[in-house]
Amino acid sequence: MVGENKFFDEMSGHNGTVRDAYAAYHDWFAEQDAERLAKKSQDAETFFRRTGITFNVYGQSEAQERLIPFDLVPRILAQREWTKLAKGIEQRVAAINAFLHDIYNRQEILRAGRVPKHLIVGNEAFLPQMLGFSPPGQVYTHIVGTDIVRTGEGDFFVLEDNARTPSGVSYMLENRETMLQMFPELFSKIKVQPVSDYPKNLRRSLAACAPSSAGSKPTIAVLTPGIYNSAYFEHSFLADQMGAELVEGHDLRVVDGHIAMRTTQGYKRIDVIYRRIDDDFLDPLTFNPESMLGVPGIMDVYRAGNITIANAPGAGIADDKAIYSYMPDIVEFYTGEKAILKNVETWRCGEPGALQYVLDNLKDLVVKEVHGSGGYGMLVGPAASKKELATFAEKLKAKPGNYIAQPTLSLSTVPIFTESELAPRHVDLRPFVLVSPQGINIVPGGLTRVALAKGSLVVNSSQGGGTKDTWVLED
Amino acid sequence: MHLTITHTTRYSYETPVHYALQKIRLIPRDTPQQRINDWKVQITGGNREVIYHDQHGNVTELMQIDPGASEVSITASGRVETRDTAGILGKVYGSIPLWLYLQHSKLTKPGDGIREIAATLEAAQDKLTGLHDMSARIAEAVKYGSGQTYAGTTAEEALKGGKGVCQDHAQIFISAARAAGIPARYVSGYLMMKDRVEQSATHAWAEAHLDTLGWIGFDVSNAQSPDEHYVNVATGRDYLDAAPISGLRQGSGDESMIVSLQVQQ
Amino acid sequence: MLGKTAGGLYWMFRYLERTENIARLIEAGFRIALTRSTDAESEWKSVVTTSGVSAGYAAKYDNYTATNVVDYLLRDTSNPSSVTSVTGAARDNARLVRTALTTEVWEAVNETWMTLTELLANPVRETELPSVLNTIRQQSALVRGALHGTMLRNDIYDFSRIGTFIERADNTARIIDVKYYTLLPNTSFVGSSLDNVQWETVLRSVSAHRSFRWLGESEMTASGIADFLILDRRLPRSLSFCISQIVSNLDYLAEDYGERHACNDMAEKIQSRLKNRDIESIFDEGLHEFITAFIRDINSLGQQIESDFRFGG
Repeated sequence: MVGENKFFDEMSGHNGTVRDAYAAYHDWFAEQDAERLAKKSQDAETFFRRTGITFNVYGQSEAQERLIPFDLVPRILAQREWTKLAKGIEQRVAAINAFLHDIYNRQEILRAGRVPKHLIVGNEAFLPQMLGFSPPGQVYTHIVGTDIVRTGEGDFFVLEDNARTPSGVSYMLENRETMLQMFPELFSKIKVQPVSDYPKNLRRSLAACAPSSAGSKPTIAVLTPGIYNSAYFEHSFLADQMGAELVEGHDLRVVDGHIAMRTTQGYKRIDVIYRRIDDDFLDPLTFNPESMLGVPGIMDVYRAGNITIANAPGAGIADDKAIYSYMPDIVEFYTGEKAILKNVETWRCGEPGALQYVLDNLKDLVVKEVHGSGGYGMLVGPAASKKELATFAEKLKAKPGNYIAQPTLSLSTVPIFTESELAPRHVDLRPFVLVSPQGINIVPGGLTRVALAKGSLVVNSSQGGGTKDTWVLED
Repeated sequence: MHLTITHTTRYSYETPVHYALQKIRLIPRDTPQQRINDWKVQITGGNREVIYHDQHGNVTELMQIDPGASEVSITASGRVETRDTAGILGKVYGSIPLWLYLQHSKLTKPGDGIREIAATLEAAQDKLTGLHDMSARIAEAVKYGSGQTYAGTTAEEALKGGKGVCQDHAQIFISAARAAGIPARYVSGYLMMKDRVEQSATHAWAEAHLDTLGWIGFDVSNAQSPDEHYVNVATGRDYLDAAPISGLRQGSGDESMIVSLQVQQ
Repeated sequence: MLGKTAGGLYWMFRYLERTENIARLIEAGFRIALTRSTDAESEWKSVVTTSGVSAGYAAKYDNYTATNVVDYLLRDTSNPSSVTSVTGAARDNARLVRTALTTEVWEAVNETWMTLTELLANPVRETELPSVLNTIRQQSALVRGALHGTMLRNDIYDFSRIGTFIERADNTARIIDVKYYTLLPNTSFVGSSLDNVQWETVLRSVSAHRSFRWLGESEMTASGIADFLILDRRLPRSLSFCISQIVSNLDYLAEDYGERHACNDMAEKIQSRLKNRDIESIFDEGLHEFITAFIRDINSLGQQIESDFRFGG
């Protein structure tokens, strides 16, 4: 692996010299037999399929359950890299919670003019029903998945703050489990910080956010839309690992001022709901009356202080793409410190001058819709045809306020194991952050997503991305 | 003025209820225009699950109808001391920022008809006069009468229909005021009609906000500003936010509702 | 435990039991069709009747050939009781109750679904049929083994077992119901070769053709077989065995939960009608009436269990 890398490769940097964090792994890899590794790779797939670690895809009659491809080469971070990253994430997540509390109460940041009011006004992610209310423990984002990208040795950027219901943590845990099974010898050779405490910490963190009326052992339940949801595996996995009940809306009702689940022995009170359904579907009595997935009355019980909903309804306003560009200001406003983690440079197309710049440079930019997720409503300039660019330019001109634009980043690469050799592919990182009144807890590493196609920058599992085990080395 | 109020809502269900919830906003609060004495809400055939303040500050109760019940009644009663402030509530603010009262909801989304009314208001030199003129204009355009509109009728639909009840009048007013850049909100409450104790229904009117005066009430249906004959019970962005009772029921079968309301001095 | 979870376990094991029962019925039908060419059509018809899918089948086909019946019972997704449908339903329920299952049980069910989906992706040729049916039974045994070997003996286990035995009791009763006339002691065919074949089919349908012989009943008689299928508590598919399992699992639940339900009494009542009973008195009562009543009772019991333990709303 010698030569000039156009992109920063996390194993071999820019110049092809193996970086320290990868040294031990690289040595180990050099001694491996490619055929054996190929066989291991096959085994991993069989294992995932047998265990049912799948995600469902809508609108495809064949193979409705798909595997997220797993690559056996780990993504490795040195302890010192991680420490800095974790500090930045912690700062950012603390600011997000302070922002949410403020925006749903006194709105000081709007009064101070640090975030323009028009970004909140009329934003669907902002829920008036949350105004004048403080959730138990004043925690809004119990679980956050901060998407991080890297472009160079010390250059980490936050791409997105997922403050609603970030998914993927089950893959992080299963990836490690798979690696431990496939290459036990590696883990005796290289000291990797464990991630297996996550479910226990999640439970502890959620319990610490229970309403004050809950006993010393609060009852926690995971609320899922059901077995046909794309992330159902993760819902059942987390419930199982936490020792929590996995419930659907129709298992729940209001009983004696609390939310209770229907058990074989009658209704039993729940104190904390880790919900994996969207705000709009949460409560047909308060939000979308058509919702069959939610729990009628849960918002009333919530405002009465008798249940914790994780994450809090309305938390999505914090990860809105329009708000994103103000995150450095938000961090500074609430923590009094400069943001440790950088934002990706962002043009708000609704602002004078920005639109013209974006239109002039469309072919080099990534343009994202302000409301939307999963990479569907976006334009990747360098990958778009002339016609696509022209169509998108019209959409932009029609509603510039709906879009932000960012440069196409030179995402770092990490090698993947193709059938016989290593080949660099672009990656991102989603660390998982737990928030409770007792503090912020970040699992070392997180989920590394990798764009499996050569040259591709799209890591989403719905669009051909895979995952890797992520290692944070012990010093 | 001392008002004594008894307001009973009785629901009858064709088939016994399996599981049903009702959200009740029937507890008025003290304001510069009213002082509440001995107010209570009694429920028979149901159980009060929780009580809390919603985002508009309304005291809200969630009630579960007893499983198997085929009738439930909710009685709100008490005494209220009211004061005539020429319709001005004043600079009284809760958790909702004023700009939110500029936001249209589904029921108050303006169409061409409302925008036309709003344009006149926008052009008015004196906004207070403009609001009064607008109130009169709406009352003229939409004759008071039931049967044409229902709880889910939007402001624009009611305006086009030319006939509506107090809810429609209030929502048209709110919609147009917002379209003209004036914060406005919906109020549900009681009105003592002169010369009678039995009132036909609960009432609704609108409030608009001017920086000079704060919140000011406009009762389009009765062509006046709320005085000491009015009791403000709940406010919101539209009817749905402030509805006295709204519910959700599992299972089939029809339901019927009877309201009896006495307001007297 | 959530009521829904109890329901999911119950149905998951009912469906798993059903796949095995369907495989056995086809096996018996196939066998008789091989050995007796003349009356194959009516044999296949009774297989369809026993499976409880007559109406659906008749709407689709107007004859009862091996090819059609086998395809309808094994693969047809429009048949809610086909092995393909039922395996899918069992796995959906397993996904629903994933948190209540051990890894071993979940993986066994998931593997069963993967194996059978692949196995039944295309029409099964006659030459492959024995091995396909064999695989279905093996997969069922795999799940059962995982259940017995890894699951705690708690309410989760009880609901799983109750589902299994309700389904099995219903299945055995249907087999008797469809063939009851061949089991009557006084038919004019007694001792004829027709009876022998019919009896063997019945026994095969519940995998009891060998055990019947082991138990020393060398002479097959109608009443001997009826007695075996209905009253013999040594046979794991007899009505008596099934109901006693249901009663004891319901008792465990009552003990565990500290509360008895209507279903406990109901199950005991059904059991009491089989206890200390000899086959002659059942013949006197009327075999057909007896079985019809049993099927009705076992289905009511199923519904009572669903409501007592709040499977649904």
